[in-house]
Amino acid sequence: MSNSSNNRRVVVTGMGWITPLGHDVDSVWQRLMKSESGMGPITRFDARTFPTTFAAQVKDYDMARFVRDASVHTSAGLNSQFALGAASQAWRQSGLDGYAGLNRKRVGLYLGAGEGVLDFDNYAASNLAGWDAEAKKVDGPRWAEFAHKAMDRMREVEQEPNMPLAHLAREFGVRGPALNCLTACAASTQAIGEAFSLIKRGDADVMISGGTHTMIHVLGVTGFNRLTALSTSKGDPTKASRPFDATRDGFVMGEGSGMIVIESLEHALARGAKPLAEIAGYGSSADAFRITDIHPEGRGGAASMHQALAQAGIDPLARRADGRAAIDYISAHGTGTKENDSIETRGVKRVFGPNAKDIPMSSIKSMMGHLIAAAGAVEFMTCVLAIRDGMLPPTINYQTPDPDLDLDYVPNTARPAKVDICLSNSFGFGGQNDTLVVRRFA
Amino acid sequence: MSRRRVVITGLGPVTAHGVGIDPLWRALCDGRSALAPIRAFDASGFRAASGGELPGSFDVKELVPKSYRKATKVMARDIEIAVGAALMAVKDAGLATRGTDPDNPPTIPPDRFGCHIGAGLIAAELDELTAALATSRGANGAFDPAHWGQQGMQELTPLWLLKYLPNMLACHVTIIHDCQGPSNTITCNEASSGLSLAESQRVIERGAADACLSGGADSKMNPMAYLRQELAGRFAPCGTTDDATAVVRPFDASASGTLLGEGGGILVLEAEESARARGARIHAVLSGTGASQSWCDDTVGLVPDATGESLADAIHAALRDASVSAAEIDAIIPFGSGVPALDALERAALARVFGDALATKPFVTLAPSIGATIAGFGAIAVAVACRAITEQRLPARMNARETGGLLAGAAPSAPHALRHVLVCTPSLGGQNSAVVVSKPA
Repeated sequence: MSNSSNNRRVVVTGMGWITPLGHDVDSVWQRLMKSESGMGPITRFDARTFPTTFAAQVKDYDMARFVRDASVHTSAGLNSQFALGAASQAWRQSGLDGYAGLNRKRVGLYLGAGEGVLDFDNYAASNLAGWDAEAKKVDGPRWAEFAHKAMDRMREVEQEPNMPLAHLAREFGVRGPALNCLTACAASTQAIGEAFSLIKRGDADVMISGGTHTMIHVLGVTGFNRLTALSTSKGDPTKASRPFDATRDGFVMGEGSGMIVIESLEHALARGAKPLAEIAGYGSSADAFRITDIHPEGRGGAASMHQALAQAGIDPLARRADGRAAIDYISAHGTGTKENDSIETRGVKRVFGPNAKDIPMSSIKSMMGHLIAAAGAVEFMTCVLAIRDGMLPPTINYQTPDPDLDLDYVPNTARPAKVDICLSNSFGFGGQNDTLVVRRFA
Repeated sequence: MSRRRVVITGLGPVTAHGVGIDPLWRALCDGRSALAPIRAFDASGFRAASGGELPGSFDVKELVPKSYRKATKVMARDIEIAVGAALMAVKDAGLATRGTDPDNPPTIPPDRFGCHIGAGLIAAELDELTAALATSRGANGAFDPAHWGQQGMQELTPLWLLKYLPNMLACHVTIIHDCQGPSNTITCNEASSGLSLAESQRVIERGAADACLSGGADSKMNPMAYLRQELAGRFAPCGTTDDATAVVRPFDASASGTLLGEGGGILVLEAEESARARGARIHAVLSGTGASQSWCDDTVGLVPDATGESLADAIHAALRDASVSAAEIDAIIPFGSGVPALDALERAALARVFGDALATKPFVTLAPSIGATIAGFGAIAVAVACRAITEQRLPARMNARETGGLLAGAAPSAPHALRHVLVCTPSLGGQNSAVVVSKPA
């Protein structure tokens, strides 16, 4: 809006998540501190013969425990269900729930929600019913006849990636700017960054932001298996996600949602809310390199880190008065693929120079798996918790150092540290890179 | 500190009338419709068997650099449209990029060049996927996941998934034109393009880029994507022998639904000082944008918000952002689909904003000519607004007769003084977008 100058401070006042390790912020954080893994066999569908048979699934989740009135969300697909649980926690923590002064037209939504789960059984049955083996094509009218009977209106509409927005808007009655972005694995980091930018610009006072996604379904696992992006490790699934380890062989799928409530500092202070942390910077770039490969020098990731640090007023090459490096912790994208972890390490060194070795950087994907579009939001939240508790989450399954990867990956056990400023990276398949810088509120 | 102004210097719509603004503008002024029986698949089993497909002459291979032709194999139709649209926009803006002029330095430094492209939910090509699924039929003829996991999935090309990720529109466009600045993919159904243009505006304003390729693209000419629109209640009845060019009647009392159009548009948005410094032709100013979320009684928005309150909020926000009053708006390009409940929503919202003066505001309706273009709509509409401002002319309107007092009924193209044009749309899901496009000073 024209009456602002893009310089409002933005703070986090609520957080919530639904993850493979549990359904509330503190118990999941404690499990991360204890190096626990959320991996297990895939039970959502019969994956026993797939190249990858395991994932980190959300377990025993009941949306009705979180929402006011589950009857208005009966159509909710998994993404919307996860989003409702996570956002309800964040909304409650923010204290906006009972705040009489709230102008709901000044509360917006910016999510990085994935596409919904395909109604695979009915889809496959329709396709096979319509298949003309001779012509090697689907017969249109035959397909249409079968599909019209098999497909359900609500299951189809829930696959639209903007449906979690619709459910959250309904749940909290919010009417401000509402957007969903889908930049693969970078989506929810980007959503938070853009939500932050909307508040700074004055387009909203409060934003609910984050991500929600599951790709633990037949064509999701198929797609990533064909790309050979997933770990196909045999044996104990809890050992499969090995970011930065020399034997890493791909990522492990997770699922779930991370949601935060952010608001302008003046809005938070005027209602007596207690900021959990301040978002200090956001950067976004595109690799513009190749469809499947990351730029080998980590050019795009370095660019997004540089932008976020610059906005936060941080010189990555400088040290603070007490001798500490410019920041205290990096929540890595750290997928556990050969390419990502090498190039991310290179990109961090490119940005922080000789100080990179003094900045701990870990990947909670070792424990939670990769929540795809929702990964960035959950990882951002762990940065806020690291600041709160002075504890860094570990990279588990780090056993065999990779000679080329020589940073401090917080191997295997959580560690106490003085934490005031963190950086969280997310890099999407397709080349979108996003970085957030979050600092202790003071 | 005054805000950086954002101008539009390149237009790249791709619609059923062809590639670029010229064929679209001519057809709109002539009052011609491209809606016709669908060729991509046999649509006779659907309520609507016609729509607005790109002309058969559209070939993405002719719209990418030679060195990039191989990559067209992993492009869904939506990606092809975005890639073609981006090329037209870049050429129209007179930009040298890696894609158009690799031997010269780029006009916009790559790290100052952003890209925001709205996208739909992309459906897999049915023949390709089903050919693979059919290898994994069990004894009872049904899909057998055990066989699929072991063998069947090998039938799919390794890059199969990458054809269908919505961010691959921007991925290909950023690679071709070397846009290394901020890039995003907005997926809010009909509001996607407008919200993408607004994001580019904010990115340029805050100095994170000097120019952006911005817009959206969508094709639902695929049985699964098409069925979703039918289930959402969007289609007018239109059999294989009906005259599709007369079916879509936005805001008409007897409107019976819409027909889909595939298409999209990419625009070059640029900081005004950057455009002026290089002597660019400025089509129009992107003077303001607004967004909001509707309250949906059914939660998901299959039943549109009849009050129009939130779409009106988005329009008010865009007018404030543009420092333009409602009275100063000279024409309106609504989504105007001919779906009665959506038309009613737009009518209610516009009545809230313009009051009695709404009866004096001419509408531009695109759907009778090119179909409802969903995620591609906003950028196509803004491209049309730009050309209308340049020509100081309104295109023709088609089909509608009884419009209840709106200037939305059939009329030939005519000269018209245009300083500010409003483009707005609601969406399935409840997100609303509004954009004000203004004549350059």
